[in-house]
Amino acid sequence: MNAVTEPHRPYYIPNPSPYPVVLSGALFLLGLGAALRVNALTAGWWVLGAGALLAVYVLFAWFGRVIGESRAGVYGLQEDRAFRWGMLWFITSEVVFFASLFGVLFYERNIAVPWLASFNAPHSALAPFSPWPHFTAQWPNGGPAGQGFEVVNPWGIPALNTLLLLSSGVTVTWAHAGLRAGRRTQLKAGLALTIALGVTFLGFQLHEFSEAYRVLGLTLHSGVYGATFFILTGFHGLHVTIGAIMLAAMLARTWRGDFTPENHFAFEAVTWYWHFVDVVWLMLFVFVYWL
Amino acid sequence: MSAANLSSEQSHAQHHDAPPRGITRWLYATNHKDIGVMYLVFGVLMFFVGGLLAELIRSELLTPTMRVLTPEAYNQVITIHGLVMVFAAVMPITTGFANYLIPLMIGAPDMALPRLNNWGFWLLPAAAVLLVLPWGLKLIGIGTGTIDTGWTMYAPLSIQAGPGADFAFVAVLLLGLSSTMASINILVTVAQQRAPGMSWLRLPVFVWSWVITALLLIAVFPALMAGCIMQITDRHFGTHFFSASGGGDPVLWEHIFWFFGHPEVYILLLPTAGLLPHILATFARKPLYGYKAQVYSFCAIGVMSIVVWAHHMFTSGMPTDVNIYFMLSTMAISVPVAVLFFCWFGTIWRGSMTFETPMLFALGYIVLFGIGGLTGLVLSDAAADQQYHNTYFLVAHFHYALFGGPIMGIFAALYYYLPKMTGRMYSEILGRWHFWLTLAAFNLVFMPQFLLGIAGMPRRIPDYALQFAPLNMVSSIGAFALGATQLLFLYNILRTAFGTSGAVASARVWEGSSGLEFTLPSPPPFHTFATPPAID
Amino acid sequence: MSGEKVLRLGLSGVIGAAFLPVRAQARAFYNFQTPVTPIARDVLFIHDLFLVIIAILFAAGIGLLLYTVYAHSRRRHRTAATFTQPVGRKQWLWASTPFVALLIIDYVVLGIPALHSIWALADTRGAEMTVQVTAHQWHWQYQYPAYGIGFSSDLSTPARQIDDRAPKDKHFLLEVNHPLVLPTHEKVLLVLASSDVIHAFWVPAFGVKQDVVPGYLRQTWVEIDKPGVYRGQCAELCGVGHAFMPIVVQAVPPAQFQHWVAAERAREAAVQATASATYSEAQLILRGRQIFQSNCAACHQSNGLGLPGAFPPIAAGHPFAASAPMLAALRARGFYRHGLIVEGPVPNHIRIVLHGIPGTPMPSFAAQLSAADIAAVITYERNDFGNHTGDVIEPATVAALKDGH
Ligand code: HEA
Ligand code: HEA
Ligand code: HEC
Ligand code: CUA
Ligand SMILES: [Cu+2]
Repeated sequence: MNAVTEPHRPYYIPNPSPYPVVLSGALFLLGLGAALRVNALTAGWWVLGAGALLAVYVLFAWFGRVIGESRAGVYGLQEDRAFRWGMLWFITSEVVFFASLFGVLFYERNIAVPWLASFNAPHSALAPFSPWPHFTAQWPNGGPAGQGFEVVNPWGIPALNTLLLLSSGVTVTWAHAGLRAGRRTQLKAGLALTIALGVTFLGFQLHEFSEAYRVLGLTLHSGVYGATFFILTGFHGLHVTIGAIMLAAMLARTWRGDFTPENHFAFEAVTWYWHFVDVVWLMLFVFVYWL
Repeated sequence: MSAANLSSEQSHAQHHDAPPRGITRWLYATNHKDIGVMYLVFGVLMFFVGGLLAELIRSELLTPTMRVLTPEAYNQVITIHGLVMVFAAVMPITTGFANYLIPLMIGAPDMALPRLNNWGFWLLPAAAVLLVLPWGLKLIGIGTGTIDTGWTMYAPLSIQAGPGADFAFVAVLLLGLSSTMASINILVTVAQQRAPGMSWLRLPVFVWSWVITALLLIAVFPALMAGCIMQITDRHFGTHFFSASGGGDPVLWEHIFWFFGHPEVYILLLPTAGLLPHILATFARKPLYGYKAQVYSFCAIGVMSIVVWAHHMFTSGMPTDVNIYFMLSTMAISVPVAVLFFCWFGTIWRGSMTFETPMLFALGYIVLFGIGGLTGLVLSDAAADQQYHNTYFLVAHFHYALFGGPIMGIFAALYYYLPKMTGRMYSEILGRWHFWLTLAAFNLVFMPQFLLGIAGMPRRIPDYALQFAPLNMVSSIGAFALGATQLLFLYNILRTAFGTSGAVASARVWEGSSGLEFTLPSPPPFHTFATPPAID
Repeated sequence: MSGEKVLRLGLSGVIGAAFLPVRAQARAFYNFQTPVTPIARDVLFIHDLFLVIIAILFAAGIGLLLYTVYAHSRRRHRTAATFTQPVGRKQWLWASTPFVALLIIDYVVLGIPALHSIWALADTRGAEMTVQVTAHQWHWQYQYPAYGIGFSSDLSTPARQIDDRAPKDKHFLLEVNHPLVLPTHEKVLLVLASSDVIHAFWVPAFGVKQDVVPGYLRQTWVEIDKPGVYRGQCAELCGVGHAFMPIVVQAVPPAQFQHWVAAERAREAAVQATASATYSEAQLILRGRQIFQSNCAACHQSNGLGLPGAFPPIAAGHPFAASAPMLAALRARGFYRHGLIVEGPVPNHIRIVLHGIPGTPMPSFAAQLSAADIAAVITYERNDFGNHTGDVIEPATVAALKDGH
């Protein structure tokens, strides 16, 4: 923040708002629907669908409201800072989420699998009792009762994807530079490029998943390797999707004439998120595909 | 939505000080006091729901054989009792105090993100409904009732469990979202909204305790959420995170759960440990003792609590060195907690004490939580824990810690702030009866459980061997008395909130009170500190 | 380790002496069961030490509290002091003593004995005998690889006592049909496994509690120095039968142990022989009822009506509501039609009991029950509970299916 001095103004406290409670209701329906659905109980899909629709509607309305407020100029420096810190802490919680998934990968690979194999060690007093007499520790591993599968070659699509996401990090920064310098065309081009890169990434990723299922025999059922592979790449893919949608929203707003060189918090928040997704991918590439 | 329309709405909000009327005041609330009150009401309500379940547990355990519940229902009842008490009673109540008090204590007009605040609250009822809904579904012939794995949800029992388990995992996801939102809001508020002059080392201790609590929540809850998602995929999508046949490990879930679960007990404890000094200082008419020591202790507890989790897993068969590490680190955490005790003693030492209800509960907290803490020290011994683990000794430990700590602290704080919130005094006589009966009954419930555990009674069993019968009966009778006593409390707060009797509370409320919240009238106006107060 | 011994002696000397009368008193009432292994003795020592120390700390704390409440109440102490932290070196020193004391208690007084006992517990070397212990929902199974014998050990408390329809035995819920027999004065290695969920093997008098994790092995050891019967129970929530899977260990002198082994071998051989014998329907049903009550009633209930959603009825013609996959499995085996339980084909029935139904709690009984027992229980099931199929299953049929698998 540069030193724009502001006269004192009261902190903006929004009027009573229906969105939060409705969003909670939507999440309730989503949760309920999911719980019913996975157990093949009544009405699962319907409840799930209703929840999803309601959630999409509220998110539109809520964000629309905030954008409206922002355009009306009700936010000052203090509000801006609050949004920034809020976003940063939110991303922190996401970091913890992914860190735990990496922790799971670490545990399964370096503790669980060797432990299971250790019972067979020739000198072990436990060898006669080993529940998995033919199991040896290696990674990747589908577990003692798993069927075989092949792994994705890191230097094919994944490497390409790394390149795509890294360059999307560059393009989004380029777009930001454009915004700050008031070059709106650069901003639009940068955003569009970033979205295109993100979508291409997703396309490749989907292709890779289907290859894994159809050709490599690598599925959610393929023991710990398949499980950690899909949960990590899957959640990452989900985040790329969300990020791409948010970028698209930013592009739409740019088109509408939103954002000034000084005031464009929403845009910045999305770029933070995008960089975060980028960094997660790098970790994924190294620990899931490569090593 | 035009810009002109918006700004006129905004000025509307700022010019009218009266709360909106009707149910939408609560449903659509953006005011921190309203949201705080909703949290408190919800939490107290759920405390009674959890308490009712506890009474069911104790009725079942009144004699060695079952009469009240089937073994299946028993397991469901203890599970929901634990989950409700921890997530739907204590956490919402302490969050309610945070919402109500933090803006007042730091001289802020409101929380930094008011709509987010409301969202965080309304996720809670949704989660609570998901927890108990499977019982309702069972009544109409769907499913097998709610989750029955214990609140720790150990795999693979959780994988075997009926549909209720999915409801519980989804509920935990919503609870996690709720806590994360509340924590973000609190952190941003404290960082951004302090009145000029309210520097970090001038923040009231309660505010500090919540800063650490919020950091802890952000640092550990997402891990549990990730774990719950893996439980669901293991249950329904064929993954093997927690199953050896695919190279996974059931113990991994224990690690995930306790990586969250141990910090969680300090998440439950810290807010009331932060309120306690305020109350002690007020009634001792003396300034806080060791402000900085307390703040640093909170920080130390926060950091250390993240690295001691596996003391819950001493019998799970971890390598010896790992057990030793977790034993030694757990022992270390007793030091910062003991520093808090020291400061509490220091605060009342050579004060000029009177013993109104909040003070009684605060002193009760010190004694009962003291017992909980000291027995925690015993449990941290990896060798002796072989005997204590999963016995009633453990159950007694954590009830002394959870009831003796958070719940006693909540009682103290409710009595302390009720006059501020409602503008009317509660009945002191009823309050004192509530305290003394609670103290007596509580010890009657849980003291025998230490002995039962030592004598070898495992937890989570609906029927038990005959040698455990006499003490169980004592414990159950104590529980009925404890439950009845809480009705006194309910009556007292309801009559203060809605009745017209009772003295009017002054702004200061208590002779010895200090702090920004006591510079405001009781009850405080709907909007407060629109202009920041001057801090000297 | 000798420094530790000295310390231990010293400590037990000083504290123990003061506490001995109390300790003896407490033992008679509610305390740990009398320890019969080195580990259990260690743990009891730590426990006693602990209780004394926390009692002292508690007394100090509560004493201080009561004193200040008395002396510094408004009535006696009109003007409050205003100090907010220690001032001067002397006060700081005073203020830090409790914490130094706490650290010493943690890491020296309690830490050293704890380390000793943790290392001792982990030291499974030099075992003279190995027993494999397998936990099932909800009973224990013991195998002696060196002697080629093994059996399962089920709760023997009759359902009538649990339902309060009959007076309870002395060892209500802590009695089994077939205790684990171990020799005294021998280091026995226990190798623990689980066939379904996490359980925990716990015998208080041995000071050992060890979780068993499905798919993994755990180990622990005992060296019992006094013959007797020791009772414990599963210590990790493992489902609805968690309260009903006790462990009973009978420790006997080594010579007697050898006798028991011989007798047990003979018994198992006799059981093998029954597989080729034939029995009358009445004999089978009589035997089947016993088997059912002790092996099946925990889930399918003694009246054969099961529990909705979890355990299907055995009695045909009863409705059963459960999740779709469970019903599909039952239907595929021919035990469920049009919302009702039916008696499916005999071979499937035998297979279910022999091999269990994978992925459900229905366990495999092939290892626990002899062919004759299985024949008996199936004959019983098909001719009681209102079922009148008239089928009589021969042990040989069961044995054939068992080997054919
Ligand atoms: C608020 C909750 C809370 C708190 C604060 C604590 C505090 C502590 N707990 Fe506890 N604990 C639980 C809640 C809590 N616990 C729960 C819920 C479980 C079981 C969960 C389950 O399995 O379901 C559990 C289980 C548990 C275990 C696992 C046992 C097992 O499963 O086998 C262990 C082991 O180390 C432990 C240790 C400790 C320690 C060392 C502390 C330390 O923080 C304590 C430090 C405090 C002191 C050392 C006191 C110092 C004070 C004085 C010296 C002065 C005394 C003064 C007077 C008496 C006036 N706890
Ligand atoms: C903050 C947490 C908290 C609190 C306050 C309590 C409070 C109580 N708990 Fe709980 N308990 C847990 C957390 C808590 N518990 C946890 C985490 C577990 C572990 C679960 C598991 O194993 O998974 C547990 C387990 C547990 C067990 C062990 C069960 C077992 O292992 O088999 C028992 C048994 O006695 C018990 C008893 C009690 C009792 C008697 C109270 C009393 O203090 C309750 C006081 C009573 C009331 C508050 C009742 C008042 C209400 C009425 C009289 C009804 C009126 C109704 C209306 C107005 C609607 N609890
Ligand atoms: C641990 C609990 C448990 C025990 C003990 C148990 N069963 Fe079952 N049994 C089940 C469950 C669960 C099913 C349903 C399996 C499914 O979903 O297909 C079942 C199914 C069956 C079925 C097929 C369905 C029906 O109801 O006719 C038969 C027959 C059966 N069991 C017989 C037995 C016999 C005989 C014994 C004892 C020797 C026994 N069971 C012990 C849990 C148990
Ligand atoms: Cu087996 Cu509990
Ligand atoms: Cu803990």
